[in-house]
Amino acid sequence: MNRYKMELMVGVFVLMTVAALLLLALKVANQTMASDGDTYTLYAKFDNIGGLKVRSPVKVGGVTVGRVSNIKLDRDDYLPVVELTIQTAYSEFPETSSASILTSGLLGEQYVGFEPGFTIEGVENLADGDYIEDTSSALVLEELIGQFLFSRNSEE
Amino acid sequence: MDYLVDVNNMTFSRGDRLIYDGISMRVPKGKITAVMGPSGIGKTTLLKLIGGQLEPDHGDVTFAGESIHKMSRKALYKTRRRMSMLFQSGALFTDMSVYDNVAFPLREHTNLSESVIATVVALKLQSVGLRGAAKMMPSELSGGMARRAALARAIALDPDMIMYDEPFAGQDPISMGVLVKLIRELNDALNLTSIVVTHDVTEVLTIADYIYILADKRVIGEGTSQQIQDSDSELVQQFLQGKADGPVPFHYPAESLSSAFLGESD
Amino acid sequence: MNWVQHIGRQTIGRVAACGRAGVMLFGALFALPSFKNIPLTIRQLYVVGVQSLAIIIVSGVFIGMVMALQGYTILTDYGAEGSLGPMVALSLLRELGPVVTALLFAGRAGSALTAEIGLMKATEQLSSLEMMAVDPLRRVVAPRFWAGIIAMPMLAIIFSAVGILGGHLVGVDWLGVDAGSYWSIMQSTVDWDKDVINGVIKSLVFALVVTWIAIFKGYDSIPTSEGISQATTQTVVFSSLAVLGLDFVLTALMFGIE
Repeated sequence: MNRYKMELMVGVFVLMTVAALLLLALKVANQTMASDGDTYTLYAKFDNIGGLKVRSPVKVGGVTVGRVSNIKLDRDDYLPVVELTIQTAYSEFPETSSASILTSGLLGEQYVGFEPGFTIEGVENLADGDYIEDTSSALVLEELIGQFLFSRNSEE
Repeated sequence: MDYLVDVNNMTFSRGDRLIYDGISMRVPKGKITAVMGPSGIGKTTLLKLIGGQLEPDHGDVTFAGESIHKMSRKALYKTRRRMSMLFQSGALFTDMSVYDNVAFPLREHTNLSESVIATVVALKLQSVGLRGAAKMMPSELSGGMARRAALARAIALDPDMIMYDEPFAGQDPISMGVLVKLIRELNDALNLTSIVVTHDVTEVLTIADYIYILADKRVIGEGTSQQIQDSDSELVQQFLQGKADGPVPFHYPAESLSSAFLGESD
Repeated sequence: MNWVQHIGRQTIGRVAACGRAGVMLFGALFALPSFKNIPLTIRQLYVVGVQSLAIIIVSGVFIGMVMALQGYTILTDYGAEGSLGPMVALSLLRELGPVVTALLFAGRAGSALTAEIGLMKATEQLSSLEMMAVDPLRRVVAPRFWAGIIAMPMLAIIFSAVGILGGHLVGVDWLGVDAGSYWSIMQSTVDWDKDVINGVIKSLVFALVVTWIAIFKGYDSIPTSEGISQATTQTVVFSSLAVLGLDFVLTALMFGIE
């Protein structure tokens, strides 16, 4: 085996690995989207977040505009606060926008559904670090069933 | 006389088996010293003990006045550059040509340029008569040629001492003659000290300046070849003349025939 | 009481072997890096890496194709062929890529390493290096070690990529799953850190273990033809078991605990 050919083949091996890694990065894991440049942060306080997790998507009309970057409990009123990282390409949401926790499909993942509000004079846009006032919590199946049974009982 | 290697009251055992029980021997500088003995006595082990690859249980081995087993690893590696060993199989690196094998110690231990290395390698191969075989791979060489190529590698760094492990084993008369001549000539021309471990009596008697005979875990005879031939020890005579029976019995220790076959309990 | 003694002797032997393996690993990993070692490592990269490429690529393509075929028949029952992409990609990146590569590597390169080093020992080449004042750990073991650790993650990455393409071939080109949904659902499901990087980390751990076992078994083999054949077999068996066992532990650490 001559040395030149051997080194050439090792070079080819390295190039193949780089090509494979690029395929995984760009086509499979979609790295360009994940490191989506500039973002800003909004907060939303819910009564109950159900099965929401860090990295769950934030969607406007089904389009992903950001992700949940952190979930913690407010020390004062013991309500969960969700930190949303939104791409700066989608800024200029009015203050009247609302966030709700929804489920994709019957058994799917939970995500934050974001509903842009109306824009009129005197309503400012949401800025970095603002809280979304209008929120609705996750539907918890057990609670629904409990309420349903309770209302049935009280009717009888 | 000046001694290069001094084995002093050394005991070595492998597992539970005692190999050497307090042996002492001295290797004179610039001479060929032969170590003979029946096979399986651990002659290769002796060379490894001198080379510092094995540690004795008791006793000491010194090389040029310094204890091999008390020196640091770094000092040991430095000392090993002054000694070389010709292994029974030759131990050529099978993935390199003869040329690269001989150049190997030079490339590892010196900063010589490739052109100087080429000259040195050609000279060393010339001295063992294999300059024409430089491009061959070890697998293409006959046993005798492989041993000569390994010898060229062993003298590449101009060591003070070479240890030959069974250099004559399994050689035809011609390559045996070549090796005997080479060992003698290299020893005198390069002012080497040689230790030859072997059980080929006739070859050794012609070239060795001093001979040790090992048997039964100790040295049973020593002297110049004349002194050895005149020895009155039965054991030495049995070994030299190759008698089948004698102090070293023909039979491996066993229960007596009658009790084994007839079931007699004495 | 003979068998109690037997257990004792076995235990002492195993512990001693672990000690020797540790010493060897230490010697190889911390062998003084020198420029002379780089060409040697490249040479070994050729031996363990490039020469394993063919088997890795062929296995990768076929495993990807089979998964697409199997996945499709199951997923169509639920009308969820769209999930074929993430199914193929996730199983390859998280599990099959690292694990199958490690198993193939143990059989292809590991056994060869054991046999090579065992034979070098049997033909006294290692002793001869020592007598030439060259440390065999630095000259023989270290380049092979590093080559193994570098090559295996590279092979695993190639395996996964090729497998995903194989899945595309069967799923999209043959069975007619929509190419857009194959890639886009895969993209929205596969996470770079969690799936790709974790797979590479797994592969690195397997590389360390398999190469370590292979080299140690050769280095510690009994230098006879029987001893070497036994060592070669043990390399394949031990590394396969170690890879499968470790895979469970690593999966539990990476994906099991939220």
